[in-house]
Amino acid sequence: MNNLLLIAYLDLKESIRAKWFLIYSLVFGGLIALFFIAGVTESQVMGFSGLSRLLLMYIQVTIVILPIFILITTVRSISGDRDNHILEYMLSFPISLKAYYWGKIIGRFVTVYLPVIFAMIIAIIYGVIQGAAIPWAIFFLYTGLLFALSSAFLGIAFFISSFVKSSEVALGIAFFVWIFMLAFIDIALISLMMQNRLDEMLIISIALANPMEIFRVAAISLFDPQLTVMGPVAFYILDSISQITFVVLSILYPITLGLLFAFFGFIIFKKKDLV
Amino acid sequence: MIEIKNLTKTFGSTHSLDDVSINFETNESIALMGANGAGKTTLIRSILGYYHPTSGSVAINGIDPIKERTKVLQDISFVPQLPPPIKLSLEELMHYISVSAHVDKELIRHYANEMKLDLKTNLSKSFFKLSGGMKQKMLIAISLAKESNIIIYDEPTANLDPKARDDFYRLLKQNEQEKVLLFVTHRLEEVKELVNRQVYMDMGKVVSDEKIQRGHHE
Repeated sequence: MNNLLLIAYLDLKESIRAKWFLIYSLVFGGLIALFFIAGVTESQVMGFSGLSRLLLMYIQVTIVILPIFILITTVRSISGDRDNHILEYMLSFPISLKAYYWGKIIGRFVTVYLPVIFAMIIAIIYGVIQGAAIPWAIFFLYTGLLFALSSAFLGIAFFISSFVKSSEVALGIAFFVWIFMLAFIDIALISLMMQNRLDEMLIISIALANPMEIFRVAAISLFDPQLTVMGPVAFYILDSISQITFVVLSILYPITLGLLFAFFGFIIFKKKDLV
Repeated sequence: MIEIKNLTKTFGSTHSLDDVSINFETNESIALMGANGAGKTTLIRSILGYYHPTSGSVAINGIDPIKERTKVLQDISFVPQLPPPIKLSLEELMHYISVSAHVDKELIRHYANEMKLDLKTNLSKSFFKLSGGMKQKMLIAISLAKESNIIIYDEPTANLDPKARDDFYRLLKQNEQEKVLLFVTHRLEEVKELVNRQVYMDMGKVVSDEKIQRGHHE
């Protein structure tokens, strides 16, 4: 086993035992269970019904809670180890900083991504048992989108973790990043548009830079041609770019963003004092 | 073996190390002493390649511990002052060490046994759940099993009872040949049987450095 996989494997094992992971898994699994109990699959809203309706609701809740879950559980990964001197001991063994950093990222990615995907798979299996039709297109799109969203926020979290000395500060920054991006989902942008002082393209560009906004628009755009459940920014985005281009962009852009942040985090981690 | 040349390390406006030049050679057992904040830990962390020097250099057998950390750390064993709250189980910790540093797990078991640490019944326990003394014994067992030429101990006996201290000294004496042993300590008394050189630091500088006879000191 090489050192990269060793770190990933041990981080995964450690995370799975942690209480936050149990809560994290219960939240996403519980959401799906709750939707079934509440009879979401039998309801029809805005043309969505059955499993599509359930997955849509799932994704709408996920977009709000997944980023903050990833941020708060991951942001302390390196800064926390630095804080309580674990890094000082673990890095006294001949392991390269590259293997340590990227190994931690891989381990943490598997930890945060698997429960979210498993919850969706459970929904599909339960839906099939109940006799519902499987919306494969939505399922695969959401699998890709969740992968992309997890990558983006994991990268951001590791970036924060690499330069913050105390895990308390890391948590504070993580929370700010989440609120900032959430506020930018239409809320701030609508008010900007209403004031009509900014160019529309600028507003769209700002919206597109936000992985949470891109995720939301992509998650709903395929199935809501009238865009009745979307905000005005989403409408503008889909008016300017074709749907296929947008879906590809919505998966590739957050992954690239996450990788870039993770990479900058690594540069900082390498250049700074380790403890 | 360890060559430190004009090493300065500043944090903000504080000079933790101020133009320190010192060498440590094979077969030396050094007691590194000084008040809190004297720069002992900074010096050790610089040897381990954790700190980027503000100026000056550190070389272990001619190699830079930052640029070639894996090469340098292959030959260093380190036990920190306070065992960190590692959440891995003892088995996982041993796995980490055996894969990353090619340490024989059997040897860790052997030294744990010599330190009177019951590994078998604690293997699946998280490291941080062990008592202070047990953690320290485990870290000492690992440091010896690694068979490094440089062994650095930061107040290694702080958590050990007198019996465990005796075991520790006995094992160290068996393993000290052709090595550099560096003890950070506040009490020379505790390591007097082992050390042959005493270095005293203050305000980031080496203020005294003398060879001493084992078992004899002022």
